[in-house]
Amino acid sequence: MVENFTLGGIDYVIMAIYFIFVLGIGWALKKYMKSSTQFLEGGKNIPSWITGLAFISANLGALEVFGMGASGAKYGLMTAHFYLIGAIPAMIFLALFMMPFYYGSKARSVPEYLKLRFDEKTRGFNAFSFAIMTIFASGISMFALARLMEVMLHWNFNYSIIASAVIVLVYTYLGGLKSAIYNEVLQFFLIVIGFLPLVIIGLQDVGGWDGLTMKLNEVAVQKGYAAGTWTSTWKYMGSAATNPMGVDWIAMFTGLGFVLAFGYWCTNFLVVQRAMAANSMAGARRTPLIGALPKMFLPILVIVPGMIAMALMSSPDKGLVLIGNNGQTDYNMIIPTMLVHYYPTGLLGLGITALMASFMSGMAGNVTAFNTVFTYDIYQSYIRPGKSDDHYLKVGQFATIFGVAVSIAAAYVAANFNNIMDFLQLIFAFVNAPLFATFMLGMFWKKTTGNAAFWGLLSGTAAAALHYSLTIAEGKGGWLGQLTEYPSGMAQSFYTAMYAWTVCFVITVVLTFLTKQLKTDDDLRGLVYSLTPKTYDEPGVVWYEKPVVMAVIIGAISITLTIIFW
Amino acid sequence: MDMDIRIPIGLLFIILGIILTFFGLFTLNDTELYARALGRNINLWTGILMIIFGLPMLLVPLMSRRKKL
Repeated sequence: MVENFTLGGIDYVIMAIYFIFVLGIGWALKKYMKSSTQFLEGGKNIPSWITGLAFISANLGALEVFGMGASGAKYGLMTAHFYLIGAIPAMIFLALFMMPFYYGSKARSVPEYLKLRFDEKTRGFNAFSFAIMTIFASGISMFALARLMEVMLHWNFNYSIIASAVIVLVYTYLGGLKSAIYNEVLQFFLIVIGFLPLVIIGLQDVGGWDGLTMKLNEVAVQKGYAAGTWTSTWKYMGSAATNPMGVDWIAMFTGLGFVLAFGYWCTNFLVVQRAMAANSMAGARRTPLIGALPKMFLPILVIVPGMIAMALMSSPDKGLVLIGNNGQTDYNMIIPTMLVHYYPTGLLGLGITALMASFMSGMAGNVTAFNTVFTYDIYQSYIRPGKSDDHYLKVGQFATIFGVAVSIAAAYVAANFNNIMDFLQLIFAFVNAPLFATFMLGMFWKKTTGNAAFWGLLSGTAAAALHYSLTIAEGKGGWLGQLTEYPSGMAQSFYTAMYAWTVCFVITVVLTFLTKQLKTDDDLRGLVYSLTPKTYDEPGVVWYEKPVVMAVIIGAISITLTIIFW
Repeated sequence: MDMDIRIPIGLLFIILGIILTFFGLFTLNDTELYARALGRNINLWTGILMIIFGLPMLLVPLMSRRKKL
């Protein structure tokens, strides 16, 4: 249920102007798309402030806007752990320790790194699972956008799917990865300006931060928790029973902080690809760090609205209703519902444009990661090796069309699941969590063998599936039995990730001692920490552009934020 | 560099900012329209904010380009 409102002509004008710019950027870049490197790798000449913003913008899609808003309401400020203990340390680790191997190895994708470091089958496994994951992620973004337009604006669901698919297809087909990256930067600024007035007005409505704290204290007590649970990060994480997420600090630290966040930010080609498109090694290492700066403050835009919504719902006179079609509270719709609640015509057009921008950047990010992995790691490796670059450019363009077409199918598959966000979170636990163990061992222990990596990865993924099948949370999982019940779906995915990581790690280590290393030290130069000379910084870099200095500054800010909101 | 992305970003923000600012000015006395926004003319404020952000985004690359010529 969304409040009654009407979109004025001005709202449609704002949306139309935005689409002209998005398509115009793709069209202007078309003439540079002469090689597969230009099209699939962005030409490797993009300044790091652009790749840095694209790095976080590609991720600021449906999952973040829906998921973080919903979690902000359900769990409160604790959700900020996804940023402060999750993304930020992982992004610093990626910049300082992993980027030199990604960028320096001449691999064009994450699966290709796995081929250079381990063997063909490890690459194949990752290439296929990643391709499937990106198609689903892109389809889910498309589905979520179309459903949103259907509920909010009463647009036809099928037409919305087709329209969003065509727009994303046109600008990624014309300008490739570069067009996607440039648009992600544009979309990032638009999302910030589109959501910021919502936070300001919403905070005023609940009486500022103090008023918000007071109202959320009442909510917390009402639900049987200590007052202050909704507005603190670590204070009530001593045990799983004292916070609504149902997670204690150990599970938070290892499950989210270590396995899930590092797995996502350090091995997911969708984000790593942005850094690899930077113009130099130093630029590639700066990319996650530049992204980390605004990333630390994104909770204001996506989590605080959820908290405000929770406070407003406790005072019925404010008139905020979050009832979904099935009569239950639909937390996913918090940000769109609040846009409609507060924005007058004019700004509403901008707010809806920001929502569309967010979903489309998520779609385009997945499509451009998919076409690269498909062309280099599937087509060039298994279907037609040894063709001319012109041939692979055409395949890349075809893969873009193919990727969008399959995403449409995935969108209709997603329409059959009742909770698509949990579904996506689960895919990350299956794919990224074990992969991070493979990468840690591969990059920092030169003995790790290809066979060990492959079987470790396979059993890690199997362990994730098995754990999910044997446990239950919020009625999900438990296909094979119910050994334990977790208090929240989030707790379940943290533990799924931890089991997957641990099994992958242990199996890989054990098998490394039992199998033969087929790679010589020469093969592994530039791929493994101990065999790579450490001369990353170009001469003449200003001190504040040095990755280590930036990392220290970012670490200090995020520790300060943690202490303030302890 | 093939394209300086700051230029289209600056342009988009200025164009949308001008639209919102003017719309805000035309609706200065429309209390019904702004009732949902606690009576604040947020079209006007957001419009001005967008222009303030868009101008340096557009002008800095244009000026450095002129210097090079």
